[in-house]
Amino acid sequence: MLEALIPLFSSSMDWNLFPKQVIMWVIGGILIYLAIKKDMEPALLLPMGFGAILVNLPFSGALSTTTEGVTEPGVIETLFNAGIANELFPLLLFIGIGAMIDFSPLLSNPKMMLFGAAAQFGIFFTLSLSSLFFPDLKDAASISIIGAADGPTSIFVANVLNSQYTGAIMVAAYSYMALVPIIQPPVIRLITTKKERRIRMDYHARPVSKTAKILFPVIVTMVVGLVSPKSVALVGFLMFGNLIRECGVLNALSETAQKELANLITLLLGITISFKMQAESFLAWDTLLIMGLGLIAFIFDTVGGVLFAKVLNIFSKHKVNPMIGAAGISAFPMSARVVHKMGLKEDPENFLLMHAVGANVSGQVASVIAGGLVLNMILH
Amino acid sequence: MGFSPENFDNFLQTLPMMGMGMGGILAVTLILIGVMVLLTKIFKEK
Repeated sequence: MLEALIPLFSSSMDWNLFPKQVIMWVIGGILIYLAIKKDMEPALLLPMGFGAILVNLPFSGALSTTTEGVTEPGVIETLFNAGIANELFPLLLFIGIGAMIDFSPLLSNPKMMLFGAAAQFGIFFTLSLSSLFFPDLKDAASISIIGAADGPTSIFVANVLNSQYTGAIMVAAYSYMALVPIIQPPVIRLITTKKERRIRMDYHARPVSKTAKILFPVIVTMVVGLVSPKSVALVGFLMFGNLIRECGVLNALSETAQKELANLITLLLGITISFKMQAESFLAWDTLLIMGLGLIAFIFDTVGGVLFAKVLNIFSKHKVNPMIGAAGISAFPMSARVVHKMGLKEDPENFLLMHAVGANVSGQVASVIAGGLVLNMILH
Repeated sequence: MGFSPENFDNFLQTLPMMGMGMGGILAVTLILIGVMVLLTKIFKEK
């Protein structure tokens, strides 16, 4: 009678899987704890953590269930197929992100774009490293794109490449984005001297015309789209959001994109990603390895950006604070804030924020370019 | 998954990709820098 009442005690219960499911409950709990108590990317870690619990309850109705030969897709699987399997959610989120970004610091100092480019080094370094462990280059490339430090780009590329590790990749990408204030500072301190970290950079804001701010997203879309047609959706939606912001005649749409759209998609994205956090596929040595490779990607992004700045200083009369290179990763605005804080700690009168923001927004564009180039190379 | 001689061949295959990838990003970046410089020079803030 108990079997009939509570499926947990039925003969079809998989007791071999149950301990793994319990571990996933703990992992879900940890993500929720980090979101609430430590305020680490709560908009994503909390839904992911809660979703991890939902999909790992035995016979969970949130997943597909079969009753009398009839399979009914669960709500999380339905959302996954509707929004992540076809890359829809990350692309819609990119409209909101594009509407939030002000490219003026980059337009007034275009050479900051070089730091955004240099800080994508971790992606290609990790691509090579991952290929030692994952024979399918599509998987290696999907793992390396964690280094884009950009959730939508990571989800988009991993899905287009049809990687079997999308769950671990998404969790790694979003977790490490939240951990930027912990990952970057020790790496920066390791490869710079105190003297370098104290280099002052004056900021002279050059005004940027409205016309330039309107034409920028259109031209970027066309240039990047011609180089990498597969990334047209990614760069296009980002720049579409930015164009809505800058055109000046769609303020209501811009506000909606920045707030309601971004919040709604974020709400659904987090809980839907948990579809790939089912214990039988998530709790594997592969997942640990992917988390490790993702961390390496982030570290070498930072190394790439900082070392590029140091090389530039050899040839440049006006020295650049090498920490600015670290702000070239796409984790916006977290990375810019980290660099600014580190600069103030070394010299309370050294305000690096606007330079760091310029490098940070360029990283947003560069990560999309990198994603497109990875798709070009793997899918040609 | 796991290290094996075939994976090492894969690794060697990806080394030129590292160069191509960074070269590609640098090329697109230089184009975009040129675009930004032109935009800000042609369309000056009044």
